[in-house]
Amino acid sequence: MTARHVAGRIGFYTVIALVLAFFSIPLLWLATAPFTSDPTYEVSLPDLTLANFQAILEHPYALGSLYNSLILSVGTALLVVLFAALAAYALSRVRVPGRDVLLYTLLLLSSIITGTAAMVPIFQLAVELQLIDTHLGVILILTGGLLPAAIFMLKDFMDTTPKSYEESARVFGASPLQIVRHVVVPLVRPGLATIAVWAVANVWGNFLMPYLLLGSDPEYQPSAVIIYTLYTEGGQANLQLLSTFGLLYSIPVVLMYLFVSKKYGFRFHGGIKR
Amino acid sequence: MSAIELRSLTKVYPGGVRALDALDLEIPDGEFFALLGPSGCGKTTLLRTIAGLETATSGQVVLGERDVTGLQPGARDLAMVFQDYALFPHMDVTDNIAYPLRIKKVAKAPRAAKAREVGERLGLDQLMDRRPGQLSGGQQQRVALARVMATQAQAFLFDEPLSNLDARLRLEARTFLKRLQRELGVTTVFVTHDQAEALAMADRMAVMEAGHIRQIGTPAEVFQRPANTFVASFIGSTPMNLLDAVVRGDSLEVAGCKLAVPSAATGLLTDGERLVYGVRPEYMAYSAEPVEGALGGKVSIVENLGASHLVTLEVGETVTQVVVPEGREPSPGDDGYAVPREDRALVYRDGELVA
Repeated sequence: MTARHVAGRIGFYTVIALVLAFFSIPLLWLATAPFTSDPTYEVSLPDLTLANFQAILEHPYALGSLYNSLILSVGTALLVVLFAALAAYALSRVRVPGRDVLLYTLLLLSSIITGTAAMVPIFQLAVELQLIDTHLGVILILTGGLLPAAIFMLKDFMDTTPKSYEESARVFGASPLQIVRHVVVPLVRPGLATIAVWAVANVWGNFLMPYLLLGSDPEYQPSAVIIYTLYTEGGQANLQLLSTFGLLYSIPVVLMYLFVSKKYGFRFHGGIKR
Repeated sequence: MSAIELRSLTKVYPGGVRALDALDLEIPDGEFFALLGPSGCGKTTLLRTIAGLETATSGQVVLGERDVTGLQPGARDLAMVFQDYALFPHMDVTDNIAYPLRIKKVAKAPRAAKAREVGERLGLDQLMDRRPGQLSGGQQQRVALARVMATQAQAFLFDEPLSNLDARLRLEARTFLKRLQRELGVTTVFVTHDQAEALAMADRMAVMEAGHIRQIGTPAEVFQRPANTFVASFIGSTPMNLLDAVVRGDSLEVAGCKLAVPSAATGLLTDGERLVYGVRPEYMAYSAEPVEGALGGKVSIVENLGASHLVTLEVGETVTQVVVPEGREPSPGDDGYAVPREDRALVYRDGELVA
């Protein structure tokens, strides 16, 4: 081993350590700051106080906003999974002329619908339909925005499941709805779980749509919007509340990932001899 | 149980490909029938059209007394085993076998009992709680068979039932399938590309090529008297010798050798006519000494087939193959003579059998 080689190794590990630090220090801050009485932007040893949690509990909208986030994300995820599953199954199994063009156009448009570009018309539409300041309005618009990508991913998933499962059920006399319920849904369940998790995570972190459509009443705001209001009277970021709320805000998503990956994580299937 | 009848059945795919061209076929009740042909000949399309998974462009499928052409697959009272078995991976063996009964709204207890009964009959009793992914290929096949047996359908359709098994298991499964079909007595149509499989299992078979049926008959008929040169070259583990021949008076001239006219074709040939002379390697006797009415030439290749040898003779410009029993095989380079059996030799005029 030459000196040059050793120097190379040292350099390599130094870079790795720096990259690791870059990503882990914010996480470390999130883990320690909520338990520190007077947190700064630095990572310090916590004095293990629970006062910050006490303060969050007393905040008028913090806990309610977590509940709002839950309603919005679960509601959207349910609608996205239901509609995406039906649409993807049909698109995967029925030959429609221009199918791929349709899919790509929808995919392109979807990023506009929930983006800043369509903000004004969406706001006006919601006002006209009296969906302003309702969770339903946000759920419907976010569902519309997520559906094309969800259909796209699920269609790919369904394309890879062999047709002979369904044909077999068909010869035994199963109706199309029975085929979907007995055969298709169980087969693509990991795909459905993936879409659901993806939709929940997307809505959980979405700021713009709820801020726009639920603007007048903080009672209805989800956490992503409420976290933006955690300032001190002096206009400075309130680090005690921010860090504590940030921790509470991230825990449900982490738990969901763990649960779903344990339950529906990559699995082997059999019954089709290749 | 019922017979299957096809009346000028035609299937044209949207691209204009004529997969089935006005097929007529009658399969009597209880018969084990093979559809044989090279890949792309339309045999699987035919099976899927009988099942209702493909809709016929014209013609009729009649099951027993019922015209089922316009019916959905589930309404035809047929059961099908797919090439990949298509067992549902999220259900255990019991639920898989009982699935057709679940569709017929049979209550949970009786359908589990039926699944157990059928499973036991096929030796699956130890495996009833397993998932398909935990079974071997042969076990999966038996589950798929049990599932169609549980339906009590009028007829069974098997798509390449043995192609997913390894060679050793395939022989076992062949015997097993034939015995099972005989015991159940249900009309069964199976598709295969393997001529040995069709010969071994079927009561009768249809040889298909490019959407047409080239010959229908018992395995013995199809093997001994192929109706045309396509069937002749497709059937048999060693292909039939097909040699150009010219009629010379009351004998045939083949590759410079003088052969007798096959007994079936006597009186049907005209002098000077060009024909194809066909004889299977198994239907020729080998001689090391010159004989009358034989194809004489030089031995080029000797292949060991186990209990016999396949000897390739170079006769003039062409080659011919002959099966020689063990212990009597020549060495390459020897002079050899192959004597066709007159009652097994055939002549083809424009590709069709003269008889």
